[in-house]
Formats: sequence, structure tokens, C-alpha cells
Amino acid sequence: MRVLVVAEHDNHNLKAETLATVTAALQVASAVDVVVLGADCATVVDAAAKIDSISEVLLVDNPVYQHPLAENCAPLLVTLAGSYSHLLASSSTFGKNLMPRVAALLDVSQLSDIVEIISENTFVRPIYAGNALATLKALDPIKVITVRASAFALAVLTNAAAPVRKIECVIDNSQSVFIRHELTQSSHPQLGTARIIISGGRGLQSAENFTLLEKIASRLNAAVGASRAAVDAGFAPNDSQIGQTGKIVAPDLYIAVGISGAIQHVAGMKDSKVIVAINNDADAPIFDIADYGLVADLFTVLPELERALAE
Amino acid sequence: MPLKIVVPVKQVVDYQVKVRVKKDGSGVETQDVKLSMNPFDEIAVEEAVQLKERGIADEIIAVSIGPSSCEQVLLNALAFGADRGILLQTALSFEPLIIAKLLQQIVVKENPDLVLMGKQAIDDDCSQTGQMLAALLNWPQATFVSKLVVEDKKATVTREIDGGLETLMVTIPAVITTDLRLNQPRYPSLPNIMKAKSKPLEKWRVEDFKVDLAPRQQVLKVTAPPKRAKGIKVNSVNELIKLLHETDKVI
Repeated sequence: MRVLVVAEHDNHNLKAETLATVTAALQVASAVDVVVLGADCATVVDAAAKIDSISEVLLVDNPVYQHPLAENCAPLLVTLAGSYSHLLASSSTFGKNLMPRVAALLDVSQLSDIVEIISENTFVRPIYAGNALATLKALDPIKVITVRASAFALAVLTNAAAPVRKIECVIDNSQSVFIRHELTQSSHPQLGTARIIISGGRGLQSAENFTLLEKIASRLNAAVGASRAAVDAGFAPNDSQIGQTGKIVAPDLYIAVGISGAIQHVAGMKDSKVIVAINNDADAPIFDIADYGLVADLFTVLPELERALAE
Repeated sequence: MPLKIVVPVKQVVDYQVKVRVKKDGSGVETQDVKLSMNPFDEIAVEEAVQLKERGIADEIIAVSIGPSSCEQVLLNALAFGADRGILLQTALSFEPLIIAKLLQQIVVKENPDLVLMGKQAIDDDCSQTGQMLAALLNWPQATFVSKLVVEDKKATVTREIDGGLETLMVTIPAVITTDLRLNQPRYPSLPNIMKAKSKPLEKWRVEDFKVDLAPRQQVLKVTAPPKRAKGIKVNSVNELIKLLHETDKVI
């Protein structure tokens, strides 16, 4: 058995989700390679080579892979697949976009968003917004899998570097073209890797009031998230949405402010270690899953919290 | 030339229902539970109808795969404004790969310019079928789309990705999967609901298509997730900070 992990990166930095995916891969088999598809991505390759316990880094460094278009990446991964029993990527929007295309080209099924590895062919994944856990046995010869990064620890980087093997294969399609990115600028850590997340809901009432959360986030080095209601209302950017169909997170501390706790939101954060809920509605379902609930007006509590943290 | 659009629609347990795991661990309880069209598929139908209203599309075909009760979601799609429906009947449930292969057969038969579908179904939460269908057809894919502009056999799409938005251009034919913010689906009017009943609805059996239906995954068991221990109410910010700092050591 040999596992290939598809690295996620922006040609400068290797994403932490890849480190979690390697941890999952090492639970499947001891032989794990990492493939980097990119353009001028030397720093990514250096980081990937230093991931503890991996065997080899495969590298395709070509302008075609400046942006990870599925139409270019999937057929290339198919050319590599023959040497592997498992192909893994994180279940970020990168992995979710790419891996089903790889699986279908290989005529194999795919497992999405696994949270536990039982054996080399048996895996656990949440269904119905995490209200049930399915244990599935994959029958195909090659297992194509996306991994829920928050369910696995991050692999560490070492000083020893694994060998890098360059692959001179490029597949350039004529069907899709990258036009532009509009990336959210934030001084806070990313939701996927933050140890602490503070999230706001409809209770915040406006985008301006989200600055109350920002201030606390700065004190705690926390990321700022939002409920669907807050995003729909335009209070917070789309990519800050936490929930079944947004980001799934499991930080050490999750502070839900003015969030009622719809099952779709809870699906995205219920595996957090400690959950705090601040809401003026004592009957809000968020209190059912909170370790600590504070029934109070958030507009009184947030400034108080910020002052207390400043001390 | 106006476009022909296929919109696959899935019947799922309504998003407001909190599902219960069956005692025998074989799945979740779907008897006597409210079933609805997958919310992301509603967004796909709405988008197709808007394209037709703007004269960019001229025919919308809704397709569903499942038991005869799926006729209901097809009628719903027809009430939104789809022109006709196709039901592939089966008592079995299939993995995304097999659904994608069945949809591929429909695409070969109907020869549409676009397949517009939800980015994920809220029951199995797989988020695979659109990407797989695109692969099988050797079409480009535009997933998690929150903005769609179609002109001159090309679609410019804005995708919701981790960290922000990405804009791509794909050639047509293409598979496009919808994210939440693409549009706000309408409530079909009563006359349109009545009219839906007289629109054509073709019925097939999945066995009518040359697709290998053998499962590639075996469900060993379905269990309820571990319950969180009941928490406590705190009375002040100071009490909260003390607990987080001293007991949990998370701040």
C-alpha cells in the first residue's frame, strides 16, 4: 500500500490542511508521498519535503498549474494513480472540487470528508449535517478520499528533507481558464487552523457591529466566523460562514455570539473542544451544546469581555 | 442559439428535520419524515428559470433518480418553471458515481448545453456528483458558483472558495454546481403549481440504462454522533473568563 497526498497551496505556502491530510494518510499506510502541482512553488516544495515521515515529494512545476483547475489537475493525478492504493486531499474547496473528478476518471467511488480511519478500506464520515456517522467500506482497488482536516492533528515539519522527484507531465485543457481571485483580507488567523474562533450571528444586527468581534479576536489571536444568517444579511464575508455547507471547524475554543444554533450551523462547529454561547434568548438551541452559556445582551457583554481580556 | 439546460433534482429529508438514526444501525429514519427538494437544487432550478426568462435558455429539463415519491420534487421543479421532467425510478439508493453515470446517459440522450445542479445534497453531504458527471462527459466544471454570466457559448462563473472568490471562464457545454448565494429561489405561484401537473413527465427505470449499478461502497453501520456533556450557565463575563483560563486553559 502506498498513499499519495495532493498538496494544497498558493505557490508560496503549504496549507495546514495538507499537514492534517498527511496525518490521516500515515494512519492508512506507512508509505506516503506528497504531490505538489504548482508554478514557481519552491517554498511549497521545501515545506512539503520536510513533513515528518513522508517518503517522497512529486513535483510538477509549470505555469499551467499556477491555479489548480480541476480539468488540468485531475488527468495528471490519474497518470500517477497506478502506483498508489489511496489518493487523499483535504475536504477544502480545493479537494472537494478536484477529487471527485479524479475518482470518476479512474472509474472508482469517492469518500468525502472522512473523520476517522478504521482500516485501509474502512472509514467513518458524517452524514446529515453530522447528525449521523456512517462507517463505510470502500470496495474499489484505488480509494479516492477527502479528509476533514479538523479531525486530524497536523503533521510536524522536520529538518530532514524527503527527496523531490520532478515529473515532466503537463495537461493543459482548452475548456477552462482562470480569470481572477478576490481573496478576503484579514489580519486574523484562518478559520481552518485557528485555535480560537469567535463567531457572530444575526444578533450582531449589522456589519459594523462585527468590529466588536474583531476587537476580541485581536486580543485572543482568534479567527472570526459567522452563521449563515449573518452572511445572508451581509454582515460578514461568504467565506466566513461556518456550518454544514460552509466551513467545518473544531478549534480549542469556539465562542458563538448572537447565534441561535440552527442544526446547519451546529454541524460546522460541534466538535470544538470548548463551546461558549452568548445570547439574550435563554431558549436558543445553541445553549444545548455549549459548555458555558451566558444569557445576556451581547452589546453589553462584548465590550466587557474586551476590557477584561485587555487586563 | 438559446440553451437547453438539464437540472438534476434530489429528494432529501427536509432541512428543518433533525434526523434520527435507526436502532438497527442501518441508516437514518426516513419514514413519516418531511421530504423536500435538496435546497441547492432549488437554487439550480431557479437559476435555469432565470436564464430562460432572460432569453438565454429555451428549454429546462428536470431529472430525478429515486422512488416514485420523487415525482413530487419534479412537479416542484416544473412549478418553478422547468418545461418537462424525467424520473428514473428505483427503490435503491446509489452512490454519487452511479448517479453521475445515470445522469451521463440522460445528457447523451438530451444533448443539453448546460447541466446546472446543487453543489451538494444535504443528506449524504458528499458534494461529488457534478464533478463526476463533468469528468465522465469530458466537460469543464464550475463548482460552488455564486455568480453566473452566460454569453457566446462561454460561461463566466464566480466560485466560492476557501479564502474568498475565484472567477473562471468555462466553455459550453459545462457542468455548473450552485452555491447558496447564486440566487434566492422563488415560491411557485398557485397557477404555476396547477400548470405543472399538465407538463410532460417521462418515466424510466434505472435498469433501462446500460449502467453498472453494483455498489462500490458498503455501509457497515450508521450511528448517532457522541453527545456533548451538558454545559452550565455562567452569570458574568468574569466567571466565564476564569473558567476558560483556569479550568479549560484555552485562553
